[in-house]
Amino acid sequence: MNVYDLPDQEGYFGPYGGTFVSETLMAAIEELKTQYERYRQDPEFLAELAHELHHYVGRPSPIYHAKRLSEHLGGAQIYLKREDLNHTGAHKVNNTIGQAMLARRMGKPRVIAETGAGQHGVATATVAARYGMECVVYMGAEDVRRQAQNVYRMKLLGAQVVPVESGSKTLKDALNEAMRDWVTHIDDTFYIIGTVAGPHPYPTMVRDFNAVVGRECLTQMPELVGRQPDVILACVGGGSNAMGIFYPYILQESVRLIGVEAGGDGLSSGRHAASLSAGVPGVLHGNRTYLLQDAHGQIIETHSISAGLDYPGVGPEHAWLKDNGRASYVAITDEEALQAFHTLCRLEGILPALESSHAVAQAMKMAPALGRDQIILVNLSGRGDKDMATVAERSGLHL
Amino acid sequence: MSRIASTFAHLSGLNRKALIPFFTVGDPLLESAVPTMQALVSGGADILELGIPFSDPMADGPTIQRASERALQNGVTLTDVLAVVTEFRQTDGMTPVVLMGYANPIERLGLDAFALQTRAAGVDGVLVVDYPPLEARHLKAALTLVGIDTIFLLSPTTTEQRMREIAQLATGYLYYVSLRGVTGAGHLEVEAVATQVARIRSYAKVPVGVGFGIRDGATARRLSEVADAVVVGSRLVEEIEASTPTEVPRRAEALMRQFRLAMDGAQ
Repeated sequence: MNVYDLPDQEGYFGPYGGTFVSETLMAAIEELKTQYERYRQDPEFLAELAHELHHYVGRPSPIYHAKRLSEHLGGAQIYLKREDLNHTGAHKVNNTIGQAMLARRMGKPRVIAETGAGQHGVATATVAARYGMECVVYMGAEDVRRQAQNVYRMKLLGAQVVPVESGSKTLKDALNEAMRDWVTHIDDTFYIIGTVAGPHPYPTMVRDFNAVVGRECLTQMPELVGRQPDVILACVGGGSNAMGIFYPYILQESVRLIGVEAGGDGLSSGRHAASLSAGVPGVLHGNRTYLLQDAHGQIIETHSISAGLDYPGVGPEHAWLKDNGRASYVAITDEEALQAFHTLCRLEGILPALESSHAVAQAMKMAPALGRDQIILVNLSGRGDKDMATVAERSGLHL
Repeated sequence: MSRIASTFAHLSGLNRKALIPFFTVGDPLLESAVPTMQALVSGGADILELGIPFSDPMADGPTIQRASERALQNGVTLTDVLAVVTEFRQTDGMTPVVLMGYANPIERLGLDAFALQTRAAGVDGVLVVDYPPLEARHLKAALTLVGIDTIFLLSPTTTEQRMREIAQLATGYLYYVSLRGVTGAGHLEVEAVATQVARIRSYAKVPVGVGFGIRDGATARRLSEVADAVVVGSRLVEEIEASTPTEVPRRAEALMRQFRLAMDGAQ
């Protein structure tokens, strides 16, 4: 591969992507497409974005050599891209700043978002406060219960959090509800989607705003170890942190790209959220991609210990990278992710998000079989403070 | 001439406008679908829109979403919806039937298989809510091959240029979404709708129907002065929701009759 310039004009990555929305949303999507095309190459926009990422988010985030973890495993050297050190504690803010800046330029004073674990909701509420915008966050009622701390955090930041009681009361239902809000308030509202899914141009836009992660790695790795890594690992729910680190590496074909999905209780249990590993292509939330669905095309309920990965679809670009073989996708169970969570806490003093723990678990699986001169780079996409109650509950404790 | 075209031609001769009710197949029960369809026709419906249940009905409001959830709890599939049309056709060969739903169940069945099976069942038109014209190309080709109309939506935010393009593509009828929002919302501005419908009619080769937010006879009457058809969805679904399964056909028929009388009074 010498060139990679997807998506095409219609927002397709191979057969995936597209714009599958009701006509009622088309005008808003066309407007967004036009404005994003304009600002993505606007020097003044890009300069402001770079300034915000540096001074407000704290970028660049460092890469850390997890020496004790590597020694413990006795194989490949594990490096962590520390997105957990960003302001708000995850990669999500890279994207929300970009979209909020765009919303301001488009004259939209109100932003809405969907959220699962609450990280994207927090990142959206944060930038809304930063720019003085009205903010409404839709969150499945079940997730509101599981992530009480993040709900309070969003409220502190001035956002209104709306619990969604329909369907499975999780992330996908929050997304449905946010779409309904958007269609009703199209004139003054900008919908900040949190992952590389949704109708075109969202998968591209969210990827581009998160690609700062991979671009930094491209320069940091040679500075640190004199070369690029052999393997890059990232967890995949919708897939925004993975796309962010994979995208700048797509043409570096010696680097293996592996996405790690939520295996829940195991793929054979049926209780998981691994759409690329166990789904089939279909249409949901504005794009064609791999979906967990039944034989009649109904979307099925997913399960993961990590609310941020608990989603039945996945970004269309991941679907394409899977089909064309440039990236591969594996699944890690709840149990394996929890073990990785505890191991990283104890050996490195880093408390990873349960989402990111899936990628750490995959590194722990692979490292022993690789030589000591091999390098695995893990995107540590978020920190785990928000998950302490979940982890404690699993250990039979109540905080 | 297709059933949809001949229905509009017939109504036009009578100087009447089409009344198009919508409900979701499988709500409240799969068995109630055919009697409800027959009752709606008795009450004065001209074309029937049947909802295909879907787990994530993004463009619908809470009323139709609940209907979809009830149908899915009853295990109703796209294949069941087609069987309902087949059964309905045994007693009614005249009334056009339009299926309305979301892309995924149709893609799971396969576009060609869907086209052939809808044809065999006696379906006349298909409206896929999350297929704007560009994404509807393949389905439209498959449906055209078997003589089934592809119905498209237009909305208050549709630009003039898109309006013209979609009007060119449309077969059967065009469905104008009369408010900004999801189905069942309640802030319809009749005068603004009338202006838009007049504009659409200047481009369209097919009749123009209006739907979303039409909750009473008076609104239906006013809209039937400017449009060729009036769609009543959430209001009917609410009536179904408030009825016991055995009451559904009778109450659906009574509601249709109210709308019918109001609309015909306008002529």
